[in-house]
Amino acid sequence: MKEQLESIRQQALAALEDAATPAALEELRVKLLGKKGELTAVLKQMGKLSAEERPVMGQMANAVRAAIEEKLEERKATIHAAAMEAKLAAEAIDVTIPGKEFAIGHQHPMNQVLQQIKDTFVGMGYQVVEGPEVELADYNFTRLNIEEGHPSRDRSDTFYFTDDDSVLLRTQTSPMQIRVMENAKPPICILAPGRVFRKDEADATHSPMFHQIEGLVVAEDITMGDLKGALIGIMRKIYGENAQMRFRPHHFPFTEPSCEMDMQCHKCHGTGEIDGQVCSTCHGEGWIELLGAGMVHPTVLENCGIDPEKFSGFAFGMGLERMAMGRLKINDLRLIFDNDVRFLNQF
Amino acid sequence: MKLNRKWINEEFVDLSQVSDKEFVETLTVFGQKVETWERMDAEIRNVVVGRVLSMERHPNSDHMFICQVDVGQEAPVQIVTGAQNVHEGDLVPVALHNSYLPGGVHITKGKLRGEVSNGMLCSFAELGLTQNDLPGVYADGIWILEPDAGKPGDDINPIIGNDDTVVDFEITNNRPDCYSIIGLARETAAAFGKTMKHHEPVVHGSDAGSIFEHLDVEVPAEKLCNRYTSRMVANVKIGPSPKWMRARLRANGVRPINNIVDITNYVMLEYGQPMHAFDYRYVSSGKIVVREAEEGETMTTLEGTQRELKPGMLVIADETKPIGLAGIMGGLNSEIREDTTMVVFESANFDGTSIRQTALALGMRTEASGKFEKHLDPMLTVPAVQRACELVEMLGCGDVLDGMIDVINYVPQPRTIKLEPEKINHLLGTNISREDMVKYLSLLEIPVEGDDILVPSFRPDLIRMADIAEEVGRSYGYNEIPTTEFKTATQGGYSREMKLETKAGTLCRAMGYSEIITYSFVSPGVFDQIRVPADSPLRNALKIQNPLGEDTSIMRTVALPSMLEILGRNNAYHNKAAKLYEVAKVYLPQEGETLPREPKMLMLGTYGAGETFFTLKGELEGIFQGLRMKKVEYTAEKNNPSYHPGRCARLSVEGVDIGVMGQVHPLVAKNYGIDSEVFCAELNFTEMLNRMLPDATYVQLPKYPAVSRDLALVCDEAVTVAEAEKVIAGAAGKLLRDVRLFDIYRGVGVPAGKKSMAFSLELRADDRTLTDADSEGVIQKVLAALAEKLNATLR
Repeated sequence: MKEQLESIRQQALAALEDAATPAALEELRVKLLGKKGELTAVLKQMGKLSAEERPVMGQMANAVRAAIEEKLEERKATIHAAAMEAKLAAEAIDVTIPGKEFAIGHQHPMNQVLQQIKDTFVGMGYQVVEGPEVELADYNFTRLNIEEGHPSRDRSDTFYFTDDDSVLLRTQTSPMQIRVMENAKPPICILAPGRVFRKDEADATHSPMFHQIEGLVVAEDITMGDLKGALIGIMRKIYGENAQMRFRPHHFPFTEPSCEMDMQCHKCHGTGEIDGQVCSTCHGEGWIELLGAGMVHPTVLENCGIDPEKFSGFAFGMGLERMAMGRLKINDLRLIFDNDVRFLNQF
Repeated sequence: MKLNRKWINEEFVDLSQVSDKEFVETLTVFGQKVETWERMDAEIRNVVVGRVLSMERHPNSDHMFICQVDVGQEAPVQIVTGAQNVHEGDLVPVALHNSYLPGGVHITKGKLRGEVSNGMLCSFAELGLTQNDLPGVYADGIWILEPDAGKPGDDINPIIGNDDTVVDFEITNNRPDCYSIIGLARETAAAFGKTMKHHEPVVHGSDAGSIFEHLDVEVPAEKLCNRYTSRMVANVKIGPSPKWMRARLRANGVRPINNIVDITNYVMLEYGQPMHAFDYRYVSSGKIVVREAEEGETMTTLEGTQRELKPGMLVIADETKPIGLAGIMGGLNSEIREDTTMVVFESANFDGTSIRQTALALGMRTEASGKFEKHLDPMLTVPAVQRACELVEMLGCGDVLDGMIDVINYVPQPRTIKLEPEKINHLLGTNISREDMVKYLSLLEIPVEGDDILVPSFRPDLIRMADIAEEVGRSYGYNEIPTTEFKTATQGGYSREMKLETKAGTLCRAMGYSEIITYSFVSPGVFDQIRVPADSPLRNALKIQNPLGEDTSIMRTVALPSMLEILGRNNAYHNKAAKLYEVAKVYLPQEGETLPREPKMLMLGTYGAGETFFTLKGELEGIFQGLRMKKVEYTAEKNNPSYHPGRCARLSVEGVDIGVMGQVHPLVAKNYGIDSEVFCAELNFTEMLNRMLPDATYVQLPKYPAVSRDLALVCDEAVTVAEAEKVIAGAAGKLLRDVRLFDIYRGVGVPAGKKSMAFSLELRADDRTLTDADSEGVIQKVLAALAEKLNATLR
């Protein structure tokens, strides 16, 4: 009987080892451990044994059963793992197949640049304001100290709606200076971006409609040093802390003193040339013009009911297209208003 | 305004030791921005003076010569030439091997019919010169230099006056004085902290008589002519002007013509005062009348064009006819000729605006009109005419008559400004001493007496303290002003409208729409293109009186055409699909108001595979949800002529219209070149801003489960989903939490002319779990109402 049990054990373990499917395992389990199984059949002979042999054989039989059951579980686990692996292998996909398309839209590149500029100014304490594009000549010119007969008022430069040239499409965002100062008392700290219009045929560098960004600060004791500090600070936030700036005297009717601000060319570092060739970024000048600015003209303050003896301020204006084109390396202004999706999708 | 440095160095302030780069940078940061500058000798390289030592006939040519030329090197070089005017012993310009000529021409050695030629003998044209620069020089061959022009090997550039730098300045409008060499010399001297030399013209006069015996000047157009100054020259001998004068004219881009004309141009460059010379023979009756042109009058200007004149245009006339277009160009009938013997010099000050408008109207801006339109200093006319007469005497080309006619129609307004150092420092943020300020001003030739700044007549831009602050600031150096940080009590930010506009943009992009920027002006034709009826108020658009063209002549009152134009363009570019949006202003004229209203429209447009009315509607719903809009209602809009009559919805919130959406009418799409389906939404963003939900607050999540019941209803085709939903919601009462359409079916099992709509209803109570009886009760009420109101039955 002992031999029988040992033989069952060895054959069972070998058979289990060979079983490859859950069904084969189940078949073996019934065959070995079931009510009509081999081990049961052996145990049924236990009655024939002596009282001394019975517990020994019983113990041995239990050990054989335990061994078979253990092997059975082990094989089950192995087979299941293999089956899972096979299933996963069968489910494998080509991960380089493109994803389900969901194209998000793109912000117009000009407005991307504008947004960054606006956010920078807002962070420095500027309130963003907007105003009308169909404007009074009084705001666009007269109160900005631009006299009658000034060339910029010509019908060859400015679009008009009335015979008396009193209503026009604003040619600059500067009328916002008047609109703000008329309605608010200093301290004033605003940024006014928007569309402006001039009678230029569209070409690679001109457009009858384009965008400007106007800024105005009016308070007590504002100095030209403040103008410099503010504009250098903001432009470094936009162009990087290492950007080098310079100021040049210039002329605008509504600021005095007036200036233009240049940034040292980041390509040639102000030398105007790269490897003996004229630098294409700054056209050999070594500097790139960023904006026009100046101390608000006392006459303009007076025109808005602000006492120039008590308050002073600075204003600045920059062209958005020029800035955006420079930063995004767009070489033709017409692309901006063409709105080809192949262009828009690049940004 | 051009300036050649040699002129400044020779006559006004010697800066020959200053490099071009330093010169340009110093003036730029001083406020005279240099646009461009170039060395005049940059183009000509390795061209020298040569002496022809010997010439022999080319063995293989009947017209060429083989020359041995001394070019200052150890041995002569051999050069082959085809020119016939060269002789042994002549001094000639020689372009050596590896030399450059104007226009990028590169000369290298080679063989001409088998004979080595180590370069080229040059004509003056090959050196960029013209007959005007070299009067009397034989033009059709090699330029034979004067015997004393130089010695073999000398660089040709200094000999032709190219050892100079021409600097081109951008002159600002407020500085008419800088449109002159003297004005720029003044700025230059001040920029380098130096004093400039001045020259007072001296006219010796002659015994040829007096101007008053010959000329009479009348100025009836006194408003348009501030001053008319005139002198005369008799016994004129027309000929070329001297080399130094021609060189200065050439460097400044002026073509030399003859001594008298060159003098007027030279004085214009030097003083900035345009001048004109009339041939006295053609000044009828010896009378000059400065008047407005008469209706129908014509005149042929110097360059030969007949001009139609109009009242308002200022002319210089004699007794019978115009002989010059004041401040713009002289008349052909009185021009200086070879045989001119008596000359009238005009040095006048005309009204700048009038000159500009006349020049513009006639399409002929000239050097002179360009100067006048900047409003010149009337004090310039006398020194300029004196300088011209001085030059006549210096060149020996005539006898200046005694006397000067000077008609003055303006009252000089000398101006003083208080020097207020504290205020200036307060404005600049500096601490500049009064002494330094006075020094800066005197370098700019602005005298200070006591506390008074005596503004010179050439600086009309100096009016008040701020103007003086600019002079002080730029002299001190803008870049030397310490940078400071100001503090204000202001807080930065965006208006609510701007924030929502930014958010709307983000949502549109999340829905796949890309932003476009379109022109605010459109063609009046767009109304027909989008089929707007003739009597529609939309056609009441602001009209630009002087548009660039018809296409951009009115301010849009509707945003749809701009979007369709861009969609059409993308379609024409063969872009298979486009989803675009813009927050676009429209311009709506208001009765009784000077300015229009400018509301913003949120405009969306799309075409391409998979786009339908419902994709657009779903995207709009997403955008509305993102913006926290109140509930938007959709009603069928059959009468919007721009849209498909069966696929267009009007959108409203709380009964107020906020826009329209749908498939663009195929005829409209076709007008924009699109044959496929196009979908657009025009939403009044300004109105939407008023229809937002308040900020959200938390609502308790449900504690008890919901019951879902589906109903498939058979009803007439005409019944809309919205109608069914309304009946369901009305009948179900407050237990109904949601009703959602999930299917519409037509076909087997549903009679013709009917359709089946399947809705899913969600029922829930806040205080208990609903029983079957609860939900069944609701359903029965709903079914009863549907049957009664819509004749709908359960399928």
